[in-house]
Amino acid sequence: MGGVARFWREIPQRYNLIGNKCEECGQVFFPPRESCPKCRRKSMGKIKEIKLTGKGKIVTYSIIHVGPEEFEEQVPYPIAIIQLDEGPRITAQIVDCDIHDVKIGMKVESTFRKIQQDGSTGAIYYGYKFIKRK
Amino acid sequence: MREVAVIGIGITKFGELWDKSFRQLIAEAGSKAILDAGIEGKEIDEMYVGSMSSGRFVGQEHVGALVADAAGFSHMHIPSTRVEGACASGGLAVRQGYLSIASGMNDIVVVGGMEKMNDVGGNDATATLATAADQEWEAFFGTTFPALYAMIATRHMHEYGTTKEQLAQVAVKNHANGAKNPYAQYRREITLELAMNATTVAYPLGLLDCSPVTDGAASLILCAADKAKKYTDKAIKIIGSGQGSDSLALHGRRDICTLDATVHAAKTAYKQAGITSKDIDFAEVHDCFTIAEICAIEDLGFVKKGEGGKAIDNKITTLDGSLPVNTSGGLKSKGHPVGATGVAQMVEVTQQLRGEAEARQLKDAKIGLAHNVGGSGATCVIHIMEAM
Repeated sequence: MGGVARFWREIPQRYNLIGNKCEECGQVFFPPRESCPKCRRKSMGKIKEIKLTGKGKIVTYSIIHVGPEEFEEQVPYPIAIIQLDEGPRITAQIVDCDIHDVKIGMKVESTFRKIQQDGSTGAIYYGYKFIKRK
Repeated sequence: MREVAVIGIGITKFGELWDKSFRQLIAEAGSKAILDAGIEGKEIDEMYVGSMSSGRFVGQEHVGALVADAAGFSHMHIPSTRVEGACASGGLAVRQGYLSIASGMNDIVVVGGMEKMNDVGGNDATATLATAADQEWEAFFGTTFPALYAMIATRHMHEYGTTKEQLAQVAVKNHANGAKNPYAQYRREITLELAMNATTVAYPLGLLDCSPVTDGAASLILCAADKAKKYTDKAIKIIGSGQGSDSLALHGRRDICTLDATVHAAKTAYKQAGITSKDIDFAEVHDCFTIAEICAIEDLGFVKKGEGGKAIDNKITTLDGSLPVNTSGGLKSKGHPVGATGVAQMVEVTQQLRGEAEARQLKDAKIGLAHNVGGSGATCVIHIMEAM
């Protein structure tokens, strides 16, 4: 998967859901963008960091039965595309619920979890997963 | 802009080819195409080859030069370039060759596509295919490649009532066609029951909703259309070429169920050809998963959005339907050596238009379309072909 820096540099986004916002048109981006695809050069210097609430709902999902090596012990596990309340869509695991409860439209919120690790002695990588909103 | 024709085709057997190396496969496909076209090596102006990930599959990059070398052209110093766009690499190689002739720069170009996927184990092959997805924002969180298409399927079922049985029928149809194709990886029919009950890979997709891991190569000889008659009386003209891109991650798309890259590429290709989707007689579409074929026939304009499942029920896309799709068996049954796929689709369209498709030959097929997708839809390349 490459060096540790590759994960370390994404810590603000993955640990704290830091996105950004175009102050020209108000659109919110996650992961952060260098410029706004709509406002383009007008957005230069007007993109500001914001922390997302982590609240949203499921747009679509799958239950993974054959997982990548790093996730093999977790199968079957749900993965979903979540529409955050601020607008951006992100992909994440849905956890702490019966896999049969996962539905399109289900309200969810982000939670900080271990995502994977680099072998038994390598770095542990953290990030967001989502749980059913109470 | 000059018109471009296909004057030669070559394809290897698709499958688990343990006794064939990467370079043997592409040399075989290329040699067959050169012999079929009746050209000599010295007439080749340039070569373009598509490979998604030779570096990860066989530990070899720099395959543009390797292919020219394997074909015996190293002493001739023919320009040879590798093109990459995940599973659309082959279609992109064709388009580069097409553009170079259309521009007037070249007269004769060899295009090829290949992938040798079985030299690594299943986990490595799956991980390599996942590099077509967004590594940082999709794969890192545990998404697999089948799961991305599974999420398209879940949403399609939710919005349009598409059923698991309709998905399975796509696989049944493509296996029935593949059984008639001597180059196909799986030359056997499957039952609906088998497809429906296959082990789940990523709900709602089962094993028989997924295309396999395949070794194989394919090649085309492209020629300026006004010079094609010198070589063959069965040249097939490329009347439209379109390409589109979209967000790398599925979650970044305007609509989960629509591949806007396909819509864009199709619009460009139809416009260039001066036709509409209604003029297409048959198509090879990118059915890496069964849901992908349903989305493709919608996004290409063959049926309305959401009616792809019904089109399967109504048998529109079978070999004897009004718009046969994937007469070769598609990626599902013919096999999916990723870099070769886009080129192999055009080999099939050429065979149909020449009347050389044997047991799967269509009657009165005049205009065919090849639709090649990279990743979950971030790249799409389309070519429309017509007999001259």
